Amino acid sequence: MAGKKHKDLQAKKAVTGYLFILPFIIGFLAFMIVPLIESLRMSFSNVVVGAGNGGFVMKYIGIANYVKAFTVDPDFNRWLTEELTRMAIQVPTTLVVSFFMALLLNQSFKGRGLVRAIFFLPVILSSGVLVGLEYNNSLLAGMQDYIQKNTQSTNITAVLEEILSNSGFGHRFLEGVFSIVNNVYNVVIASGIQIIIFLSGLQTISKSMYEAAIIEGCTAWESFWKITLPMVSSVILVNVIYTIIDFFMKTDSRIMNKITETMISKMDYGFSSAMAWSYFVAVILIIGVFSAITSRWVYYYE
Amino acid sequence: MNKKIRERWKDAIERNRKSGGYLLKKTVSRKTYQILRAILLFGLCFLILQPLLNKISVSFMKENDLYDPTIIVVPRNFTTENYRLVSHLISFWKALANSIGISTMASVIQVAFCTIVGYGFARFKFPLKRFWFACVLLVIIVPPQTIMSSLYLNFRFFDIFGIFKLMLGHSLNLQNSVIPYILLCMTGMGLKSGLYIFLIRQYFRGIPKELEEAAYVDGCGNFSTFLKIMLPDATPILTSCFLFAFVWQWTDSYYSKMFVGNITLLSNRLTAITSLLTDYLQVINGTGSKPSIAYGQMMISTGMIMAIIPLLLIYIVAQKGFVESLSQSGLKM
Repeated sequence: MAGKKHKDLQAKKAVTGYLFILPFIIGFLAFMIVPLIESLRMSFSNVVVGAGNGGFVMKYIGIANYVKAFTVDPDFNRWLTEELTRMAIQVPTTLVVSFFMALLLNQSFKGRGLVRAIFFLPVILSSGVLVGLEYNNSLLAGMQDYIQKNTQSTNITAVLEEILSNSGFGHRFLEGVFSIVNNVYNVVIASGIQIIIFLSGLQTISKSMYEAAIIEGCTAWESFWKITLPMVSSVILVNVIYTIIDFFMKTDSRIMNKITETMISKMDYGFSSAMAWSYFVAVILIIGVFSAITSRWVYYYE
Repeated sequence: MNKKIRERWKDAIERNRKSGGYLLKKTVSRKTYQILRAILLFGLCFLILQPLLNKISVSFMKENDLYDPTIIVVPRNFTTENYRLVSHLISFWKALANSIGISTMASVIQVAFCTIVGYGFARFKFPLKRFWFACVLLVIIVPPQTIMSSLYLNFRFFDIFGIFKLMLGHSLNLQNSVIPYILLCMTGMGLKSGLYIFLIRQYFRGIPKELEEAAYVDGCGNFSTFLKIMLPDATPILTSCFLFAFVWQWTDSYYSKMFVGNITLLSNRLTAITSLLTDYLQVINGTGSKPSIAYGQMMISTGMIMAIIPLLLIYIVAQKGFVESLSQSGLKM
């Protein structure tokens, strides 16, 4: 009798749970699964809008759209590979930098609140259209460079760069360093959310663990590798995935813009779906590979 | 006074001697570390703020100031003409009102429904829960562009199982209306809704179960427990999610381009600013006149400042709670 009642309560709870997530289920089926399948179908067909009774008609044409994307279209292939190589560099740097920043911001010092506020500012400043506009603004930077060259006024970093590259040691190496230095701004701007996620991870580590380590004679360096890193490893996994997604969905990504353009201005729904699907599959593959690598050494406490 | 300092030094030296030089080494290394950290943090903060400050200074310049190499930060010909021109070009007040309206509406609805869904995931056991949660993750991962063409056409020829067609004889055209927005936000499919569901779920999971159980024992139902006990506890994360939703909606061009292309929003006006400027100059100076690139960029900077200011105000007001709640939410996978 009691068992049955218990079961009833559970069933009731289950129903309530479903009621709570009902909006999501409806939305997921109606606005995710259906469009997903439909766009997959579109990518294999030629879409004609407004034909007949005010709807759209799909005509199956096989993989022609994909063939067009990968062999005929001049940009898609190149941009896709460029994007992938840029990601392979940017994602690890963003992760390392944001982890380092989170470590710094987790310490206590004067004016920490202000510094934190400034560091999370990019979450606002580098979103949506603002990124795209910032990207275009490189024109202005180029012009300033031009002015500077013509007026022979000096620029400390440029001079330093020149001296170093003429010093004759490790030209290749220096070039790599310069490109990283020039990229610092992009990395810092892109790592707002990652810092937040790391910070929240760092704050779940209990202080007593570090105290115990110090009593046992652990140096700060050792306790970083033996305590901090394993304890935040699950957060690292979240961050790896988030960073990859964030990178691919940036509004200034040329592929994303191309897809949107093809759809809205050229009304070529089939072709744009084909490109979007190729992009999606590439993203999924990369996330899969990265998370498989990372999850091998994720350590779960508890 | 002098004596006191001397005594303190003496004391420190004495203690250092007793510790065998350890104290001095420790203090020096700590101080060095602190100074290095301060320099690094200052540099990075400057790096983040510099473009913003630069834009502010450019927005007050006249065009010939841009070409003058001796002017770097402070404009020689201080002018607010740029602001007046930009606000005319993008019809600022109208765009601002529309942006506030749409962003507020979208983010309120979005956060409300994401909270409900997130709570459902955090606190109830039901069959297929893991499956549905995997679906939430899928929503986060799928690039919106993948489903865009289909969504676009579906809202263009909107119909639920052919009902509207039976009644009206044709499907509804929901393009250029806010209904698709509302529908998407209500069903957890809006801009980055998956992320909010995820964050809110994590937060609810961190609240002790005993609170809820006490409420149940006292005779609270499921929904009233949710409303009266759990919601007040979750205000920090709800504020941050609202802030995110608002900001991202504000700067979004993707959904607004797709659904409400005809409504004047700050985001879509901002991207069109160069062409608007060209049109404007052509009206004044006759056809064929084009703004120089630098001038266009100056206008864009001004426009960006104008679009960002409301966001900055909100951020300054909300940042304390925002930063704290996010760093204390204790994400656990």
